[in-house]
Amino acid sequence: MAPLVPDIIGNELNLVIAIIIGIAFGFILEQAGFSTSKKLVGLFYGYDFTVLRVFFTGGVTAMIGVIILGHYGLLDLSLIYVNPTFIWSAVVGGLVMGLGFVIGGFCPGTSVCAAAIGKIDAMIFVGGSFLGVLAFAEGYPLFENFYKAGAWGNIRIFELAGASQSLFAFLLVFMAVTAFAVTTMIEKRNNGFIDSDLKPLKLYYGLAVIALVIGISAFAFPERQSSLKLESNNPELVAKSKFEMMDSDELAFRLLDNDKSIQILDFRTKEEFKELSLPKSSNWMMDNVFGKDIHKKLVTKHMKNVIIANDENEGKRLGFIASELGYKDIYVLKGGMTEFKNLILYFKRPETSTRQMLATYDFREKASKKLPELIEANKKLMNTDEKKTKRVVGGC
Amino acid sequence: MNTKYMNPYLAGFLLGLLLLVTIFITGRGLGASGAVKSAVVATMNTVLPWHTENTHFYQEYREEHAESPLKNWLVFEMMGVIIGAFISGLISNRLSLKLEHSPKIKSRTRIIGAIIGGLLFGFGAQLGRGCTSGAALSGMAVLSAGGIITMAAIFGGAYAFAYFFRKLWI
Repeated sequence: MAPLVPDIIGNELNLVIAIIIGIAFGFILEQAGFSTSKKLVGLFYGYDFTVLRVFFTGGVTAMIGVIILGHYGLLDLSLIYVNPTFIWSAVVGGLVMGLGFVIGGFCPGTSVCAAAIGKIDAMIFVGGSFLGVLAFAEGYPLFENFYKAGAWGNIRIFELAGASQSLFAFLLVFMAVTAFAVTTMIEKRNNGFIDSDLKPLKLYYGLAVIALVIGISAFAFPERQSSLKLESNNPELVAKSKFEMMDSDELAFRLLDNDKSIQILDFRTKEEFKELSLPKSSNWMMDNVFGKDIHKKLVTKHMKNVIIANDENEGKRLGFIASELGYKDIYVLKGGMTEFKNLILYFKRPETSTRQMLATYDFREKASKKLPELIEANKKLMNTDEKKTKRVVGGC
Repeated sequence: MNTKYMNPYLAGFLLGLLLLVTIFITGRGLGASGAVKSAVVATMNTVLPWHTENTHFYQEYREEHAESPLKNWLVFEMMGVIIGAFISGLISNRLSLKLEHSPKIKSRTRIIGAIIGGLLFGFGAQLGRGCTSGAALSGMAVLSAGGIITMAAIFGGAYAFAYFFRKLWI
């Protein structure tokens, strides 16, 4: 599951990839005409909207791609870098950049691109931006409070607006298409002609219709994550699922036996897990099932993955989701943690016992003495065992 | 030799795919001004090491970046941009050393404009945590609130100020 850095692609190789991506980036920008300030500022004076077309098409394409990859579970959206929002510096910084744009005729990326093909004005702009960063660095104590004010975190725009992701994406696409149509009209009025490249309008109308159909279908097909969660409430579907059950005795036996082929995924709350956690177990929440960290754990070969929750039904729901996601060797603790506690950990020998049960009771009694020792020993190890993949940091 | 520019929608589509691939591989988008920041920090570390050790901005940068400022993803990416743009200019016959400006203004005016514009953009990109690439474009791809707000401010600001600087361009 993506992102591929750092697990599949190491940090050194990543720098090689950076150069390759950069080459493609520079090539596309130059081919699009971003290496001349005349074309770039045309947007603000109504004679050339190339920048708007390239920029919005690019943004919308990538956005839809990210949503689709996330939708099908190919990209873990909780790990990708979302620019943090600091509302005041975002607005004022943006306005300052806008002013710089109409005075200087470039933005940082395009200026480097233009400088590379010999534009002297672009080289000067790059020098200017160097000075601008230096001014910010030297005057930092003056701006620091403002720079860090209004921190809203790594919030995404649809969360801020309280809308769904697909609705917002759809609105953005609609805005982009409207902007394309309107700006082409403005260009025609101001210049008296339409660029011959933009002439095959029927093609664009066709593409817009296709985009519209895809957009609407996104509403029709619910996201895999939420649809699986919903399906897991249906006992009939859960019963058909491929996971198996493991009873308390077997689990206790395997733990006492120090069986190396099991790992326990504990889905109780953090507090409950802290209070009492079995050896070989790690703590997860339901949403983690779709993530990259649990994926690494569950794809380990020749491992029995035992899912435990407080009650059996909750465990079965999780077992169903994990199986549907394609994970193998999933076991769910029969009776949940509640039964495990009653039967094993806090075992009380019934006063009368049948002959068949005698051996079982003996085992349980032994387990109720031994297991707490293992749990205690495990507790000491626990504190050093917190390693989760962090969200990618960085940015511009 | 063909010096015509690429169809903007095709260029945009390719740019979007590239951005998507970048996010898929690295978990983060494209950027530009971050490389300028790294270059500034590296220069200052070399020229005035005693100054950067005691200055808050550079101290914060060091805390956030364990490695040398030039061993940075965006620095390598921008080196690629220079190569890629050069190749593109070469095959489309657009390589030439020239100071481009509107015929109505003097070269000197364009030079001053480029310095001030660059300065403002560099400063604004620090304040806004990213420029048109890192904040606006990449922010739009992941629907970051901050990125999209910055994008609106950049283009809104440019339109608002455009009238006052029209003599520079038209």
